[in-house]
Amino acid sequence: MNKNKFLSGKVAAYPHVVWSVLFIVFPLIFVIYFAFTTPGGAFTLENIYALGDHKETFVLSVSLSLIATFFCFIVGYPLAYLLAQVEPKKQRILIMLLMLPMWTNLLIRTYSMMALMDDAGIINSLLKALNLGTVRMIGTKAAVVFGMAYDFFPYMVLPIFTSISKIDKRVIEAAADLGSNPLRVMTKVVLPLSASGIISGITMVFVPSISTFYISQKLGGGTFDLLGDAIERQFQNVNTYNVGAAISLVMMILVLTSLWVMNRFTDSEEREVRE
Amino acid sequence: MKKIIELRHVSKAFDGEGVLNDLNLDIFDQQFITLLGPSGCGKTTTLRLIGGFEKPDEGEIYFDGEKINDMPPYQRHINTVFQKYALFPHLNVFENVAFSLRLQKKSNIEIAARVKEMLELVALKGFERKNVTFLSGGQQQRVAIARALISHPKVLLLDEPLGALDLKLRKDMQNELKKIQKQTGITFIYVTHDQEEALCMSDVVVVMADGKIQQIGSPTDIYNEPKNAFVADFIGESNILDGVMESDLRVSFSGRTFTCVDKGFAPLEAVDVVVRPEDVDVVSQEEGMLTGVVTSVTFKGVHYEIIVDIGGFKWMIQTTDYVGVDEKIGLFIEPDAIHIMQKSEYSGKYGDYSSFSDELDELSDASAVEE
Repeated sequence: MNKNKFLSGKVAAYPHVVWSVLFIVFPLIFVIYFAFTTPGGAFTLENIYALGDHKETFVLSVSLSLIATFFCFIVGYPLAYLLAQVEPKKQRILIMLLMLPMWTNLLIRTYSMMALMDDAGIINSLLKALNLGTVRMIGTKAAVVFGMAYDFFPYMVLPIFTSISKIDKRVIEAAADLGSNPLRVMTKVVLPLSASGIISGITMVFVPSISTFYISQKLGGGTFDLLGDAIERQFQNVNTYNVGAAISLVMMILVLTSLWVMNRFTDSEEREVRE
Repeated sequence: MKKIIELRHVSKAFDGEGVLNDLNLDIFDQQFITLLGPSGCGKTTTLRLIGGFEKPDEGEIYFDGEKINDMPPYQRHINTVFQKYALFPHLNVFENVAFSLRLQKKSNIEIAARVKEMLELVALKGFERKNVTFLSGGQQQRVAIARALISHPKVLLLDEPLGALDLKLRKDMQNELKKIQKQTGITFIYVTHDQEEALCMSDVVVVMADGKIQQIGSPTDIYNEPKNAFVADFIGESNILDGVMESDLRVSFSGRTFTCVDKGFAPLEAVDVVVRPEDVDVVSQEEGMLTGVVTSVTFKGVHYEIIVDIGGFKWMIQTTDYVGVDEKIGLFIEPDAIHIMQKSEYSGKYGDYSSFSDELDELSDASAVEE
């Protein structure tokens, strides 16, 4: 009986194992393989050295993603906090509204942003009509940051909202009771108790931002490259597959390291709790 | 004695449903005062109004003579021990207790000394670095008390603080709380639905029902001289009978006239008569002032609890002598065992044991804990 159960448990895991090997492990092996070989298949470190040419792209990608993440947090945290205070009926409607854009395809959302921000777009036509001149938006870094922040904003708000709603109202009352003014209640109780939500929110905005290529292509107007664009371009040419693989390998290590650091951060918090 | 808190004509409603109705209450400095009542009587709301977590719809609240209706909780010299402790899960025992001192920017040396003193007071020495989420209920309770007392508030509010503890621990904590209150001289305002707890800890008991104060008095007053049928029934066990005052010192009920110690009622005024189960002597039928048939007997340890049918009204009587079911017995009642109350809106609702069962009693207690 026990053996059967054990077996069936194993069998039930097979599809997952097959899936993982096929779509996660194999591609990873290919990326690593390409990163360290010439187009002919011989071992080389050339591709890694070639990354020096993309130093600026790395710096730009990381900084734009960080800025976008920062804006998402600055706007998202207060919103999540307010959402958590609203009565349940209104809360459901507001969360629906927040998630509504997520049901629209990313490409379509990006295109509509183009329509808004284009030199002859809606915003500029409006400004012109009001005799306020025009503003160049498409092709600027600000537009790309805005695009990232807009596209991934719900991913910041939702985990923070969840962690704030889980905070016991009495704990907040206790803080006020013991002499905390509203600001202190926020910094000494609400923020620390929603740390896990903040960390998931940051991760879920930063990771897609740093790997996006579509937003920078459309809203950046092709004037500068981000990591996603660089990788995409290298893979369009059979001869530069290997450099593309090297870039994505390094980006992956970058993302994994930051995830690991953040998880350490929450883990240590949890370990303290357990002690 | 000095008045520390005054509630004047305070009313409060939630979603149009009145919870408190024109409440007036004076609380004196250094008292241990208990708000006692069944769930939904408004006792917790009264506490939250004093703590500043709710604002009264009408009426005024004074603290030390100053009106504090609109003062937020963090400015009040009042601290609270919450029902489920509400400790800060991200802080250890030391930091939980030190919380209010840190806000006051006290020096680390002073904080360490005062936290140590507080943890000794609540018998939690050596627990400083422990995480609060892994303490037992009783230990969490002590941390909550230490945290609330450390800033030397003038008044401590306690919202059913022992509700979640088991019986033995509850008894210990009752003694300890009483001791801490005497030691610190802080006014304690205690909320509970447990009448035994209220009687054994308090200087003053405020019995509440339906958003109104039914009676304020010392535990002995409340027990011996209940003002109406609600109080008589809620505090301890009571047989409550319809009676008529024949004249001063003479009352008739259950088809007989008794000598009593109450006077000052109108001639032939209809009254409620309270006889406590422990004040009735079981005697032979011939010697009895009343006679009846025993319908049930329950062994309670120190005594038997028997239900006696007297002319259709079921009395509860506590006796140390065994009597059997269906036995015919006589009852003897001393004049001072008879307590006369004026009729009230609660007359006739309480004090008849025809539908009594221990199980039901416990069930109603359990629902009160849920409040």
